[in-house]
Amino acid sequence: MKSTKKTVMLRTIVGAAAATCLLGTAAAQETLKIGVLANLEGPFAVPGQDGYRGADMALKEKNGMAGGKKIEFVKVSSDATPDKAVAMTRKAVEQDKVQIMIGPLSGDEGIAVKNYAKTKPDITFINGSSGAQATTLSDPAANFYRFNTEGAQWMVGVGEAALAKGYKKVFLVAEDYGFPYSQVQGFMASYCAKGGKVVDKAWVPLGTKDYAAVVAKIPKDIDAVVVVLGGSDAVNFLNQYEQAGGSKPMVGGSITVDQTVLNYKGKRRESLLGTMSAGPMADSIDTPEWKKFVADYKAQFKDGFPSPSLFAYLYYINTRATLEALDAVKGDLSGGQKAYRAALQKTDFKGPAGEVKIDANRNGVGSTYITEVTKAADGSFYNKVVKVVPNISQTLGLSEAEFKKMGLGSRDVPDCRK
Amino acid sequence: MSASQWRRAMNSAATAAAPSRAAPPTHSSRGRAATAAAADAPAKVFWFERIGARVKARHVVVLAAVLLYPFLATPFFTYQIGAQSLALGLIALSLTFLGGYGGMVSLAQMTVAGLAGYLIAIFGTSSVAAISLGWPWWLAVVFALVVATVFAAAVGWLSVRTEGIYTIMITLAIGVAFFYLAQQNYTLFNGFGGFSKVAAPELFGVDFKEPVPFYFAALACALAGYFLVKHLVRAPFGIALQGIRENPRRMASLGFHVTAHRVAAYAVSGLLAAIGGVLMVWYNGRISPGTANLAAMISILVIAVLGGMKHPIGAFIGAVVYVLLQNFAIDLFVRERFNLVIGGVFLSVVLFSPDGLLGLWAMLRSRLARPQPSHPQRRQR
Repeated sequence: MKSTKKTVMLRTIVGAAAATCLLGTAAAQETLKIGVLANLEGPFAVPGQDGYRGADMALKEKNGMAGGKKIEFVKVSSDATPDKAVAMTRKAVEQDKVQIMIGPLSGDEGIAVKNYAKTKPDITFINGSSGAQATTLSDPAANFYRFNTEGAQWMVGVGEAALAKGYKKVFLVAEDYGFPYSQVQGFMASYCAKGGKVVDKAWVPLGTKDYAAVVAKIPKDIDAVVVVLGGSDAVNFLNQYEQAGGSKPMVGGSITVDQTVLNYKGKRRESLLGTMSAGPMADSIDTPEWKKFVADYKAQFKDGFPSPSLFAYLYYINTRATLEALDAVKGDLSGGQKAYRAALQKTDFKGPAGEVKIDANRNGVGSTYITEVTKAADGSFYNKVVKVVPNISQTLGLSEAEFKKMGLGSRDVPDCRK
Repeated sequence: MSASQWRRAMNSAATAAAPSRAAPPTHSSRGRAATAAAADAPAKVFWFERIGARVKARHVVVLAAVLLYPFLATPFFTYQIGAQSLALGLIALSLTFLGGYGGMVSLAQMTVAGLAGYLIAIFGTSSVAAISLGWPWWLAVVFALVVATVFAAAVGWLSVRTEGIYTIMITLAIGVAFFYLAQQNYTLFNGFGGFSKVAAPELFGVDFKEPVPFYFAALACALAGYFLVKHLVRAPFGIALQGIRENPRRMASLGFHVTAHRVAAYAVSGLLAAIGGVLMVWYNGRISPGTANLAAMISILVIAVLGGMKHPIGAFIGAVVYVLLQNFAIDLFVRERFNLVIGGVFLSVVLFSPDGLLGLWAMLRSRLARPQPSHPQRRQR
């Protein structure tokens, strides 16, 4: 008798415990998996790591929650090749069962992931930092969103600024692939329409070390050189241009005049002063939002850069848009994520560097910061913001028909030589 | 000595036994030897009996496993793990044949595969309508395989006169040159961006883009490649090739044309790599210079060495392990350092077993088997 009673009691306790456990797990199961694809290998491994930092920052701001659910990041890594980007996206979507996917990092990866997105209509894809024009302009995917602006948009306004400085004839040096094509188009679209001329264009392979042939081709009667090169390519060109006695002022692309170039020690260092460039952000933006962003970044990542890179910024705004839309629909992803996508479309918040919103093709519409190399009080050089151009659309301020007539940027589009 | 005797010698004994046979054919007529082999074999046993005698339980198990696999696995495992392993394994098999049986390690196998993939995109249909010629898929495939095989033979013809590290250097140079050509040429290879939307065909109402049909297509190609290599290494050509690997000078003095055999081996391996390349471009649905970059070229060598270069099956075992590591190492370890896992596995396999995973398995089996004779009672139970 006693023993039965005991058993019953024991059963009750076990049952209650089991029930609590079930309730507990039920609460804990309200996690939502979001895939994050950046690069941890290949040429963009270091920027890729900063991209993850940007995504982590956006999540930490919300204390790891969005739409009432706990958010779990499933991080996967590519090596900047489109093949690997698609393979790893597929792993996150099909194996790890994420419902939202953020990434990838570079332009051609973006086009490949967009094409994969079409085969998975139930999953929502959000860009990381890739900036190829074609991703959202030609044959876009209905479930691929990009909250950042792209390479061509980043150069809008530089054309006018160059003309204002009296640069009527320029010579172009740029790397021979998609991203510089876009940048050059962004520059030329307004520059050529307003009467500027590009005398000649030198497209050099990525990673070119010897610029002797290019430097020899630069004519004497130009006003400036437009240099759309990145990293070591830019430094090599500057060195060799200096050694050959070149003295024309420069206009740079979005990744040309970064810290590596500003720390350049050659004799012509002083002549870097006044070099124009532009991008979706700048280190010296003077708004409370940007200053808070930089302070948060520094506090959170002791091993990070002195200031958040472009990649951290882009992953941050895309991740933040992802999470804010989840909040808006209270984490409801049912019905093929219809409500969620409507919320994404309505995204409009003030990010660290201006407003974040998208157009009908689901591509970012935002501000571009035009900067000039300036000497700080301590003698170091930095990019000073001289002008902010807000509300730049992907058609670069032209109507869609006009833009289609021009076509996507390439070696010869727009031509601008006449 | 007849060819069948040769063949038996090659089958039973280690390959090192071949040169020790003192009485090789005094004439170089391999054609006659082959017809002799064909004449005496069917006289004694039927072909299916011959095959039946060779088939062991493990062959049936493996075949059943690969056939049932797509019905048990998720689409992800079928496509990304299964089909990709088979396609990569086929490219690695071409290197196993060339390196393991011909003694020529070529780094350009991925280049041959990449060329075949590019030709599919250029002659077939892709997103770049200005370049793609839009031929029917079967014609593009045939053309791609032929051109890639000729290319492989040309690579062979350039590099056969070198040995060891110099072969590696020449094929490395060719591979890197092809990578840069593809990256910088816009009229034919569409430069940095390459081609996308290169889809596998639809045939008899079956869409080969789907995981299961594509898996079986890859499996059929892999099995065909595997049995081709299995057959070749026992055929007079393969036996001569192994003789050349052991001692080219002696084989030349016996009347074998060493260069011709080596170039032919390059062509055969080129065909295998080209088939793998066609599968890869369909698998990815796209191709760009990154598909055949230096890392990809080396990964083929890694796969072949990982599995074990002395057996054709090693290429596929290596590919499965490689693909699994590529996909899941990131979940195992500190995220930023996941390449350490991949590198560590490769390093330890190569360090502890000169014959890759298969060598490890053989070592394990002989360790386990050795104590058995001393415990006859246990064996009875």
